Amino acid sequence: MTDSAEFAHHIRTRTLQMINRARSSHIGSSFSMADLLAVLYNGVLRVDPKQPDSPERDRFILSKGHACAALYVALANRDFFPDSWLDDFYQDGARLAGHATHVGVPGVEISTGSLGHGLPIGCGMALAAKRDEAAYRVFVMLSDGECDEGSNWEAALFAPHHQLDNLVVIIDYNKIQSLGAVKEVLDLEPFADKWRAFGWAVQEIDGHNVREIEQSLTHIPAKDGKPTCIIAHTIKGKGVSFMEHNLLWHYRSPNSEEMAGAMSELGVRE
Amino acid sequence: MRTAFFDALMNLAERDSRVFLVVGDLGFGVTEAFAKRFPQRYLNAGVAEQNMTGIAAGLALSGKVVFTYSIANFPILRCLEQIRNDVCYHHANVKVVAVGGGFAYGSLGATHHATEDLAIMRALPEMSVVAPGDPVEAAAATEAIAAHDGPCYLRLGRAGEQKVHKGPIQFQLGKAIRVRQGTDITLISTGGMLQTAVEAADALSAKGLHARVLSMHTLKPLDANAVLAAARETRAIFTLEEHSIIGGLGSAVAEILAESAEREVVFKRFALPSAFACKSGTQEYLRTQFGLGVGSLSDAIYAATRDSRQLAVSVSV
Repeated sequence: MTDSAEFAHHIRTRTLQMINRARSSHIGSSFSMADLLAVLYNGVLRVDPKQPDSPERDRFILSKGHACAALYVALANRDFFPDSWLDDFYQDGARLAGHATHVGVPGVEISTGSLGHGLPIGCGMALAAKRDEAAYRVFVMLSDGECDEGSNWEAALFAPHHQLDNLVVIIDYNKIQSLGAVKEVLDLEPFADKWRAFGWAVQEIDGHNVREIEQSLTHIPAKDGKPTCIIAHTIKGKGVSFMEHNLLWHYRSPNSEEMAGAMSELGVRE
Repeated sequence: MRTAFFDALMNLAERDSRVFLVVGDLGFGVTEAFAKRFPQRYLNAGVAEQNMTGIAAGLALSGKVVFTYSIANFPILRCLEQIRNDVCYHHANVKVVAVGGGFAYGSLGATHHATEDLAIMRALPEMSVVAPGDPVEAAAATEAIAAHDGPCYLRLGRAGEQKVHKGPIQFQLGKAIRVRQGTDITLISTGGMLQTAVEAADALSAKGLHARVLSMHTLKPLDANAVLAAARETRAIFTLEEHSIIGGLGSAVAEILAESAEREVVFKRFALPSAFACKSGTQEYLRTQFGLGVGSLSDAIYAATRDSRQLAVSVSV
């Protein structure tokens, strides 16, 4: 096992290169969950790149599919597919599209991009495990903005009712959604209370502190008989000062000057 | 059809431990037997069709053969994107079942009229679309879609329709069933209009016009060969459906004919206008209001065929 912080750093730098090369977007959303992904793919998820479809595998669904560049980096790093695939990200004819795509991409469980789809599917997978008495767990990463979708709240009602304690929701609560601050667009607060009221075992953590993340993700379920909801307080664009807390980097692709600045902050010589 | 479906589903579940039923809090009086016999393979997802369909995809991607069940538009339109992305895109083995196709719930009002379902389901990649014509076809269709690996939409009528087929049938997805022989004209029906088609054929036969009747129980993939054979072997083709004139059986047949070399055949679609039926009424009442009763259909078909005869005569002169 490598160090999760180093792995997160690799996810950020490689994601930045991909998005820069592709002239694509969603750097901020990728960076805010980089530490969470790093911990997940650094020993938490029971997945095996040699048997990506093994029935016993843990399932990871990136419901916030727009941040897929970071997931692709994590998967390539864990040998699900060659690192060279990342160079074609978002290009004409590439397998790795701009939202999470499962077709021909080992390790991507579900294609997402339309928000609010991951958690219901995750409920179905977790229910199948319960009914089949299988040991795998299901992890679903949500964005905060996508918690506007009613489908998530249908699923939020469902999972505790069926005692799906093999289901874990991780919310990348970076406080910025597509057109502005979450608080201003459609306030989610009191957010943890909502999940608690629905019957989830809720934890709030610093989504950039790998020790805290590891502590949560290695103690699943947080409470027997309940699904776990980890609200990870994060910073949009975390890791590059001029991208942090900045809505612009939901959309912007860095120019060469910004690229140099970002790489310099990340401590990478080009 | 509803009873035939559940009987067939029970039989399937006895034989295949992968079969799983997910309902959207509907099916009073018909789901209990399955739930009691197979509690580990039954789920009432509540009144939450988006979640129900996402769950179905998750179950299917975990090895189950999943049937989602609700009434009219609820299991298809409310959760259309879940069907497109979660089910179809992932080639998840989910069979979406809607009871109450067309005006089966006529008196409940236009919210309960499933009259665009075939068009919308036909447009989805990977999706097979099946609308059986009677309880015998409904039972066979249930078996057939379970055996088919991939997404299917099954449009059922209601409870208590008559059997049109008096004996066993050869049912194959994508292959029309010839219910009546005939070489003058062809009536093609889908779903619960089969009984009407047969009765209209009988009425026309009494006037000396012998109609072939095809039950086009599968809208997608469509049996193009049966359509083309009808165009070659009979003088006119009429499609009958309890569905919008846009995108259903008539459109599917028209697409085949328009790109074929068959230019002589008379073709007319009997379907619903693209409009809401705002009055309360039974299925029979509403069908009649929209010209889908046996009497008006057989009259219109006879007239259209007579016109074509005159046309053929004048052209040959």
